[in-house]
Amino acid sequence: MISDLANSSSSAAPALDDDQLLHVSLGPQHPSTHGVFRMNVALDGETVVSLKPVFGYLHRNHEKIAENATYLSSMPYTDRLDYICPLSNNWAYANAVEKLAGIEVPERAQYMRVILAELTRLINHTAFAGFILGDMGAWGSALMYAFRERELILDLFEDLTGARMMANFMRFGGCRNDLPAGWANKVSELVNGYGAFLDEMEDLLIGNEILLARTRDIGALPKDVLINGGITGPMLRAAGVNYDIRKVEPYGIYQRFDFRIPLGGTGDCYDRIMIRFLEMRESLKILRQALDQLPEGPFVHPKAKIRNFKPPVGEAYARVEGPKGELGFHLLSDGSANPYRYRVRPPSFINLTLLEDMCLGLDLADVVVILGSIDIVLGEVDR
Amino acid sequence: MAIDPKLAEDLKSQGVHVTSFEQLINWGRSSSLWPLQFGLACCAIEMIAATMAKYDMARFGAEVFRPSPRQADLMIVAGTVTKKMAPQVVRLYNQMAEPKYVIAMGACAISGGPFKDGYNVLKGIDRFIPVDVAIPGCPPRPEALLDGLITLRSIIAKEKLMGKHRARHADPQGTAAFPVPEFGEHDLIPAANREIWNPPAVVRQAEGGET
Amino acid sequence: MTAPDRNSMDRESPDSHAGELPSQSGEAGFTALQSESPDSLASLLARLHDALPQAGVTLRTNPGPAAQHSLLVEPTHLTEVCRFLRDTPDMAFDFLSNVTGVDWPDPAKADTVAVPAEGEANASASGFLEVIYHLYSTTRRVGPLVLRARTADRGDNAKIPSLVAIYRSAEFQEREIFDLFGVEFTGHPDLRRILMWDEFTDHPMRKDYVAPDDYEYEPTPHDAVLEKAKRHYPA
Repeated sequence: MISDLANSSSSAAPALDDDQLLHVSLGPQHPSTHGVFRMNVALDGETVVSLKPVFGYLHRNHEKIAENATYLSSMPYTDRLDYICPLSNNWAYANAVEKLAGIEVPERAQYMRVILAELTRLINHTAFAGFILGDMGAWGSALMYAFRERELILDLFEDLTGARMMANFMRFGGCRNDLPAGWANKVSELVNGYGAFLDEMEDLLIGNEILLARTRDIGALPKDVLINGGITGPMLRAAGVNYDIRKVEPYGIYQRFDFRIPLGGTGDCYDRIMIRFLEMRESLKILRQALDQLPEGPFVHPKAKIRNFKPPVGEAYARVEGPKGELGFHLLSDGSANPYRYRVRPPSFINLTLLEDMCLGLDLADVVVILGSIDIVLGEVDR
Repeated sequence: MAIDPKLAEDLKSQGVHVTSFEQLINWGRSSSLWPLQFGLACCAIEMIAATMAKYDMARFGAEVFRPSPRQADLMIVAGTVTKKMAPQVVRLYNQMAEPKYVIAMGACAISGGPFKDGYNVLKGIDRFIPVDVAIPGCPPRPEALLDGLITLRSIIAKEKLMGKHRARHADPQGTAAFPVPEFGEHDLIPAANREIWNPPAVVRQAEGGET
Repeated sequence: MTAPDRNSMDRESPDSHAGELPSQSGEAGFTALQSESPDSLASLLARLHDALPQAGVTLRTNPGPAAQHSLLVEPTHLTEVCRFLRDTPDMAFDFLSNVTGVDWPDPAKADTVAVPAEGEANASASGFLEVIYHLYSTTRRVGPLVLRARTADRGDNAKIPSLVAIYRSAEFQEREIFDLFGVEFTGHPDLRRILMWDEFTDHPMRKDYVAPDDYEYEPTPHDAVLEKAKRHYPA
């Protein structure tokens, strides 16, 4: 049983005289803030005394636009939420609408969705590895390797959906089209070769002195604090909490696959980086199984309504395990073609709740590493 | 004063390259544009992809992305400019030293894009700063960004440095800094800079109930 | 500094059984709070009535296929209900996943989405703002428990107690609802705008919000956008 957390860091003024502190505004234009994110940091020398994030620089009114648009026309906007993992967001939204309207998804579509979601997890974690090393000063070298692999997967997405990034591929009741001939074989080839890339990256990273010095024992928080703070995703599992929605509340057909959930030890930044590599290996396992088991059949429910789609009155909250954490969609329908309320539960936004707690007492250089290890995307933070 | 092309050819075959200062300076400037590291949203990821090994912006001299506007001469506005971010974009533009250029990458930077309906979305960065090249797309492919960069390079190569039609940066009366909008109660103040952005008033011949 | 053993992270998680469907209760399973076992929400409600009779928690049915029924809680009793749900060992709702704000200018419409029980009418005559919470229990693998709290009106009495002291994850989400809807969360440590700039005065997600008119140039307008664009055409 946890007592009420004394949220001392939420509102307390810095302890020293205000003019003794150095106030630095990191962002919104900054090479390491992963987008237009701003942090007002108060420093005593190099030590962080307070850190107040400022959001809204990419607030694009997705929720308001969705209220004036039909359910299907919000699908391309979900691509642009977490723009590094568009297909994952598409699935999360399609999942929520299917729950709202009680639509079933045929087998083949389920497998296609799993394959695309796990490929998306691969590109997200690969890009993460490149970005965090860039934040630590590797200045694009690691990013080059990461993007080299990412481009291979983006080529696959382009073959299938027509777009590298903004795929807009999921529909309510399945997917937009069927897999082209030979696509599954190309994915198999990629999956077989991906392990070598992961080995290469891990060899470069695991014993790297600079990485260890900058990420060990930085930014760890106790498990109950993390759960109470609403932290989800690799950050939570790096601290040792066994909570992955694919296992806890399986959606789609995840219960048919044999994969493990890697758990970290302390939850410091090093654990958060390494856990994503382990998660990528588990994704490769899932991909192999899904490709083996991929059945023939329709790629979308035959009675799925495209035009004049009006779900019944009600509400639904559905969540998926996105690469960044728990991505949820809360939809309220009043029976018309437009949602009455369309809410995105953004993992990156809520994972930032404890940013200040993690950074207090550390140096400014650690703030950048901690922010990088949370893995935020501003499209999702600000929506 | 133009050089007779035949004479230039003749001299070239003899190993003598004849050019004008204008061409030489423009060639140098266009071949080493330093973009500002300024990605706003999804287009930023394609911009990063354009600098990576597969599409390689380094071939065009633009691989050095500078985090500081003082050291950059190209601002690639990649992504949606929100009204909250607009004053910062204009400030950054003002902080860049002349000659400076702006590429509006993606539909959002050109006109607000898919988010045009939004209350917090600026309907195009050209409302506040002058844009040299607009690259359509959502997001534009990295090749499209490279195409935009090549277009900008050809614009720069044709710039005049003297005379009546000289480029803004060569003109002592040219404005290098634009007014920064302020946050109002409902919208930015002003909502657009009328001196550089006056949209055409489109009059439609909607007769007989046709919209 | 020695590198940690790579295998130390490769711990076997308890849920790694291939092909087994999760059981209805117990560690490896997940209990959806309403659709799989409709009794579980009813029994939870009964526990709440026993423990906190004054709280007046009522059941609201969700008419749609998702069947995520919710509990309507009076704002004055919200914090004690949440504290009970979090701290009681066999409830253990330790994870607040989502906080949603909804604007109901028409209270009758709210009753169609969250249907009151027979005989219970919606007490509010004026419109109100609603805050919906989704709670999960990470240890018992149960959820979502949907709570609803409604303000008295959409004006000066749009106040709801803040849950930040109980669930820290509400911090930014409540600020967002304050910014976009105008609900004042009493007791929030730092209630100020989060997504819009500080000088902004409107609450944009409300249904009666009118966006500033900057549709001056639209190349191919139609419908509502055409109406907006026409206002800028020369007379």
